[in-house]
Amino acid sequence: MIYLDNAATTLKKPPEVIRAVCHAMQHMGNSGRGAHSDSLDASREIYRARRRLAALFGCPRADYVVFTSNASEALNIAIFGLFGPGDHVISSDLEHNSVLRPLYALEKRGTSADFLRADKNGCLDYEELSALLRPETKAVVITHASNLTGNLTDIARVGRFCRAHGLLFILDASQTAGSLPIDMEKDGIDVLCFTGHKSLMGPQGTGGLCLREALDIKPLKCGGSGVQSYLKEQPHELPTRLEAGTLNGHGIAGLSAAVDFIEKTGIEKIHAHEMHLMRMFYEEAKKIPGIKIYGDFTGGRAPIVCLNCRDLSSGEAADILSRDYGIAVRAGAHCAPRMHQALGTVKQGAIRFSFGFYNTEDEVKKALDALRSL
Amino acid sequence: MDKKDQRFIVTFHTTAEAMALEDLCRAKNLKGRLISAPRSLSPDCGIAWSAPPEEAGKIKAAVKAEGLEVHAFHIIEA
Repeated sequence: MIYLDNAATTLKKPPEVIRAVCHAMQHMGNSGRGAHSDSLDASREIYRARRRLAALFGCPRADYVVFTSNASEALNIAIFGLFGPGDHVISSDLEHNSVLRPLYALEKRGTSADFLRADKNGCLDYEELSALLRPETKAVVITHASNLTGNLTDIARVGRFCRAHGLLFILDASQTAGSLPIDMEKDGIDVLCFTGHKSLMGPQGTGGLCLREALDIKPLKCGGSGVQSYLKEQPHELPTRLEAGTLNGHGIAGLSAAVDFIEKTGIEKIHAHEMHLMRMFYEEAKKIPGIKIYGDFTGGRAPIVCLNCRDLSSGEAADILSRDYGIAVRAGAHCAPRMHQALGTVKQGAIRFSFGFYNTEDEVKKALDALRSL
Repeated sequence: MDKKDQRFIVTFHTTAEAMALEDLCRAKNLKGRLISAPRSLSPDCGIAWSAPPEEAGKIKAAVKAEGLEVHAFHIIEA
């Protein structure tokens, strides 16, 4: 199988990640639930992961790194925890349902939301930000990269806009964390939501949010914390306030090893390799008759090429690629309904090729051969 | 009371605070270790840092310099 669905999850992980998870599953107690060595070792491993992630993202404090089970949970915590009736939020057509559905749910409770429009190439017009601004606007919630086209959002510009107008900047870094440099301080990001199993190359079931300061976020969950047991509410101190229940210590140990691998390998090297493969694929794919490629290839990108083949249903095309050529891609609606509307692909869906650090030029050539024969 | 019969105890609100202090003390070669927090101190967190009392000044200074958050400092009878 040639795996080109890295935007869904990276299938191949660094060996260090697998070893770390196996070791944790043999040795790790429950973090924060005792002073015996197995529990303390778990706490130490998890705290080391916080430190590594804080360093990776320019988060000022390790205890401002909150672990969740995925980016959706992190985004739910931020969105439901920060906004209430009367508040207004600006988002965009690029968003995944992990942002859209919490916002739509909040709209039923009296929060309002407006969305920067994407054009037919999936690009945003940032001038529209000012037009959407209202006195009650609290935040901009936006993705760093479209999971459909791979187009990057200009987060430096969004960050400047948020600072100029006193807004919170919540970033969905699901498609970029680990493969693109992100600096919360430099880019003015107040809340960074990430998943561990995509370009960070960690285990599924890991993710989190990083805070630039101790924001007052209402907990999404309440429960066991291992501390302040006689308090009737969730403790106020971070990260415990937002981490009810036993953490995925085994997964976090793997995520920590993944971040260490990324730091040692170099995020620029990882991104350059992925971009090389993406560009190699794009340059040949666009020459194939009947192939329509979506998105803008003139600016910054995540390593994604999204396309359709004539009027073939994207699901049928992906099935042929899988069955006849052993190539794994994602087809269909990609949980990004507003983006499909902008691109005009609601009915057909789209075939997404997404490249990762462990893909090779030979795999790209084979994928192109398969695409030519569709 | 003789100092050898005393311990300097740091209590915490969260496990993360305890981990941060342990890292700090290890980095600065300050003595001590994590223990089950004495119930008499009404701690928020089940673990505490226990050190010889002569380390108290250095640990308090390091906590202040690094901007770490802790629950409280205590001197108790060992």
